[in-house]
Amino acid sequence: MPVDIDIDEKSVTAYISGEIDHHNAGALRAKIDEAVEMSYPEVLIMDFGAVTFMDSSGIGLVMGRYKLMRDLCGRIIIENAPRSIKKVMRMAGIEKLLSAENKKEGSFV
Amino acid sequence: MKPVNEMKMIFESRSCNESFARSAVAAFIAVLDPNIEEISDIKTAVSEAVTNCIVHGYKDDIGKVYIHAKIFEGARVWINIRDRGCGIADVKKAMEPLYTTCETGERAGLGFSIMESFMDKMKVRSNPGKGTSVTLEKSIVSKGK
Repeated sequence: MPVDIDIDEKSVTAYISGEIDHHNAGALRAKIDEAVEMSYPEVLIMDFGAVTFMDSSGIGLVMGRYKLMRDLCGRIIIENAPRSIKKVMRMAGIEKLLSAENKKEGSFV
Repeated sequence: MKPVNEMKMIFESRSCNESFARSAVAAFIAVLDPNIEEISDIKTAVSEAVTNCIVHGYKDDIGKVYIHAKIFEGARVWINIRDRGCGIADVKKAMEPLYTTCETGERAGLGFSIMESFMDKMKVRSNPGKGTSVTLEKSIVSKGK
């Protein structure tokens, strides 16, 4: 499965790699949700640094995790998204979840 | 106008073929020397259209997905992706951003928005009960730059 998960006291970090499409989004979702539901973190960090392709299934993946974290009173941060993936995120207006934007505004979603 | 090159492919509407389909189209247009952004735009648009065939057109059934691609003079790429699935009753509604028939909340409803903005042209034709056809066009202008 192309996702490595680090769990520490306050956060879950999901290092996603490879391609995110409808075919593999379900398995990514299951793996990330399992880690989140096990540890109830304050922050879910989704690291897209090693993602080579993403279509709107990736948007669904982020939006679904955003809702999950909101239900847990936590937040979500997107790290290291390559340019082509930021372009897809911009279509959905979710670039405000990107770490750079987060830091710029000094507040988290 | 006669295309300078042309290809057709037919494959089953299994989700494992999504990656194959967009990669095959990317390989077909590689001769035009597109840059990374152009390849990524086309792969993303094709992936959206193919996913629509699989998720919406055929739902839980397995049917055939048809891709017909042409390259025209002036590095213009024409791609048609169609299915013989359930069709879309209200295409205008389906094309609205964030509109989705998915009830699990895991599909963003941005497929057509992405196809439209990542390509130069998009045309959708659909007949309920007969299937859906999406035509995408884009000119490759970068020559690898």
